[in-house]
This record gives sequence, structure tokens and C-alpha cells, in this order.
Amino acid sequence: MKIDLKTLTIQKAHQHMLEGDFTAQELAQAYLDNINPEYNAFIVFFEDVLEQAEKADKRFKDGTAELLTGIPMAIKNNILIKGKRTTAGSKILENYKATYDATVIDRLKKAGAVFIGGTNLDEFAHGSSTENSAYGVTKNTFDMGRVAGGSSGGSAVAVASDMALVALGSDTGGSIRQPASFNNVLGLKTTYGRVSRSGAVAMGSSLDQIGPFGKSVEDVKIVYDCIKGNDKMDSTTLKDEVIEKAEKGIDLNKKMTIGIPRHFLKEGIDKDVMENFENSLKKLEEKGYKIKEIELPNIKYSLASYYIFAPAEISANLSRYDGVRFGFKKEGEDLLDDYMKTRGEGFGKEARRRIMLGTYILSAGYKDAYYNKAQAVREIIREDFRKAFLEVDVILTPTTPTPAFKIGAKGNDPIQMYLEDIFTVSSNVVGNPAISVPMGFVEREGKELPVGLQILAPHMYENLLFKVSSDFLGGPTS
Amino acid sequence: MEIKDIENLANLCRIEISETEKEELLGEMDSILGFIDQIQSVKTGGLKDRAGEHRNIMREDENPYERGEFTNDLLGEAPETQEGYVKVKKIL
Repeated sequence: MKIDLKTLTIQKAHQHMLEGDFTAQELAQAYLDNINPEYNAFIVFFEDVLEQAEKADKRFKDGTAELLTGIPMAIKNNILIKGKRTTAGSKILENYKATYDATVIDRLKKAGAVFIGGTNLDEFAHGSSTENSAYGVTKNTFDMGRVAGGSSGGSAVAVASDMALVALGSDTGGSIRQPASFNNVLGLKTTYGRVSRSGAVAMGSSLDQIGPFGKSVEDVKIVYDCIKGNDKMDSTTLKDEVIEKAEKGIDLNKKMTIGIPRHFLKEGIDKDVMENFENSLKKLEEKGYKIKEIELPNIKYSLASYYIFAPAEISANLSRYDGVRFGFKKEGEDLLDDYMKTRGEGFGKEARRRIMLGTYILSAGYKDAYYNKAQAVREIIREDFRKAFLEVDVILTPTTPTPAFKIGAKGNDPIQMYLEDIFTVSSNVVGNPAISVPMGFVEREGKELPVGLQILAPHMYENLLFKVSSDFLGGPTS
Repeated sequence: MEIKDIENLANLCRIEISETEKEELLGEMDSILGFIDQIQSVKTGGLKDRAGEHRNIMREDENPYERGEFTNDLLGEAPETQEGYVKVKKIL
């Protein structure tokens, strides 16, 4: 049968493969045929896609197929798949082949997922546009002249343009939700500790989380259910009993209250984005949700505090790239000069800038004023959210203040680029889960561009995010 | 900040940067530090970082792998090797 990639979901694909309407190999081929290199969504294409799909077909034959068996996925190229080139968007890892599987990959492999390729990203996930990649810019699904968002821009475009059914990204300050918003797909940032980061190229270790992209709530949830859970390879993953206890506290059937931090939405947001947001609230009110204004008095400091501990952690995490054990090496006069040249040439401009900034912040005499102060601010913001979630079940904001911007528009001003994450960054700072779901379109220069609605829930309440997303978008929860 | 501070930082970071980039970074660092300095106005009182549940989580190093099991894979990624070791320039 002809496969309609536009309307395909994991459940539908699974059903078709069970019934023999098409094979996993035919499905994989359909996605491969649909790859449009002009988007530059992928850095690496895997050579064994059809072999992976053949293995999946065997599982359909012997009756061991699971929901994700044979499902074509795109993987952000900072998540390790053994034997595959994993560049993290950087020249310094240009020819690096992963020596082990990330835990999320191990779990997806066991489920039988098929990996199409490694997707483009801002170098080491530093950015909000996928312009900072050593492998070129990824273009927006709705306008080739605009950015895909980032840093997981390639994954968002791969799903939005039907080059994969679902994808994985990583989110340190908004890197899943913002590109999801810019490309009209869903993107989930999981609770800190909910998904193992073993095998994800580290950026900011107190912030990073891996999460899924999909075109439906159900698809996002299926991938999430596969990759989540405690992992002995990542000591920051939450224990299963902690999760079970928390999840018992979720009542999905009660009348829910949505909190809106209006004080934080007063300026800097495009008028038509705000209109979309207000319409979204009305839609949820009609479905029985109560809307309540809330105060998050210190949320305005989220971004500034983030730009203290993120570079600090980056400078530590990126110290491992030295041209000795793996990756790019540039010869110098002596060992020290090897390091200087390897790192000077191997890292791109934004990575160099962030390492320098982090090193400054952590240097003697400044650590108290910056790093420790930022950690105290983080506690205060966390407390603001804790109090807010006593009054409301979820908190809503637009995912971004604007739709996708033009390629090059923010290239020369780091602060302008950092401000892209104004609404997304607080959930990384606090550690709670958040999802971006499509909420509508705005017109720019004759093109319809998508914008996203961000839903935030308390720690470990991903299921609440799925429920509200489903109510908002319509369709089944699971 | 001055150029010599940027140079000092670059050395600490083990990153060689060009003269033009030093100038650019000087301006950018000032603007970024100006932006992040807003947190200084937050009243945090005596609040110290509570660091949450995750601090110094250790596990026993039990059931070790066979010696050499991963050596070839790992060394395969090293830019220079010699007789099962990674190779670097003379230090002393």
C-alpha cells in the first residue's frame, strides 16, 4: 500500500506492519525517499537503515514486535550510537565514532526502533537556531529562509518534514521545545533525572535532559515510556519508587486549574503570538479548565542565572576535548601547544565563548559572586514554582516570544540569541517537565509560521502534560 | 576586563585565539557579564545552595569487566597510540 507519511502515527504504523500492509523495510524506504537534503536536517545518514528494518521485520514474523519495532527515528547527533559518527555538531568530533550506546539508544534498540541518521544541532547544543553547527544551518520546515530553532533543530525538522516519524533531542535551556515550536511539532523536556543521560554528549550537567519529538501526544508518550527510568549508568536518574510515589499524586480526572504568570508576559512578545496564546486559553476554558493568574516573582532572573551555571558547567564538561584520547587533533610545538591549537581550531566561536565565560565565572574570587549566587537564585526560583503549583496544576506560556527568525538575524549578538530561551529556560533551572505543543500560526512576509504553547507541570508529572496536551489538541491520551 | 584578561582566560582554557577574536570577545564578555550581573540584585538572604537530592552519589565498583575488553574500541578513537597506550609529546 501507499504509505501516507503525513498522517502516520506509531500506533497506525504498528497496526499496518502487524497486518502486513507494509513491512518495516518499506516504511524505512518511504522515509529515506522523502529526505530532502536542502533542509540540512541530518549530519550523518546511517548506512544500515534497511538492515535495521530487516531485523524489525523478523520480529513481526516471530511475534516479538513491540510498538516501536520498525519505527524510523532521527537521533540528535549528540547521542551516542555505537559505531556511528557522533559529531555533536563540532569539528572537534568530526570523525569520532561512538564506542558505546547511550542508555536511551540501548532501550530503543531493544524495542526494535530503526535509526535513520544523526541530526544537526548547534555545536555541543550551544544555541537556539542550529546556525552554530560546524555542518551548516538547518532550515525551517515552513520557510527555508528562516532558522529551524535549536539546538535540536535537525530533529524538529526531520519530524516536521516527514524524514522520520519521531526523534530524540536534548534540552538544556529550551533546545527541544523551541525548535518544536518553530516547526509545528511536539517536543518534551523531561523532568531532571527522569531519562538517563549516559551516552549523551554533556553540556550543562545540572540542566541537560533527553526527550522526544513527535507529531502527536501519543507518539511522544510512546517514546518517552521507552526511554524513561532509573539507570545505574547515570547517578542523577530518579529511583523508580520515587516516581511511583509522585505519580500516585496525579489526578487526571479532576477539574484542573491553569496558572498564567501574566506579569512575565507583558513585554517582548509579538502581538499575534499573544493572540494565539489567548485563544489557546479560551479553548482550554471551554474544555473545563479554570484559568488563574499567578506570580512567579523571581522567574525574570532565570535566564541570567542560567547564563552563569550553564557556561560554568560547559567549561568543565568541554575540558575533555584535548586531542589526546579521541576526536580532532592539531599538532603544536609541545603538548601544551597541542591542546591550545586543537581546542582553538576544533571548537567553534560560541563554544569558545562559553568556555571562556565559564572559566571566568569559576575562577578564584568570582565563584561566590557568580556561581554560588546563581545557585541561591535557582533555589528561590524553585521555591516560586513550588508555591505556584500549590495553587494551580499546570502553568502555561507561549514557548517563544516570536515565530522562527531569519537566518543570520541574531548572529552577531549573543544576548539576543540567549533571549530566545526566555520562557523555556526556567524549567531547566528548576528541573520540572515541560512540553511545547503547536498552538497556531502567525503570518510573516506572506508565509504562515507556527508557534507553540508551553505547558509546565510539577516534577515527575509528565502524565499531566500528556493529559493537558491531549485535551488541547484533541485525540487520545495514550 | 582588558585584553590581557582575555589572554589570561584563553590560556587557562587552553584555547588559542586570534588577535581579532580577542577584541571581539572583550566586548562580548562585557555585555554578557553586564546581563548576568542582574542576579546580584536578588535578595537571597543567607540562602546557600541546597543542592537537592543529588550529591556525591557513589556506587561500588563491583564485577569489573575483563581487562582489555574495550581497549581496542577506545584506542581506535585516539589520534595517536603506541603499544596499547595513547601517545602524547614529551612532558619533561
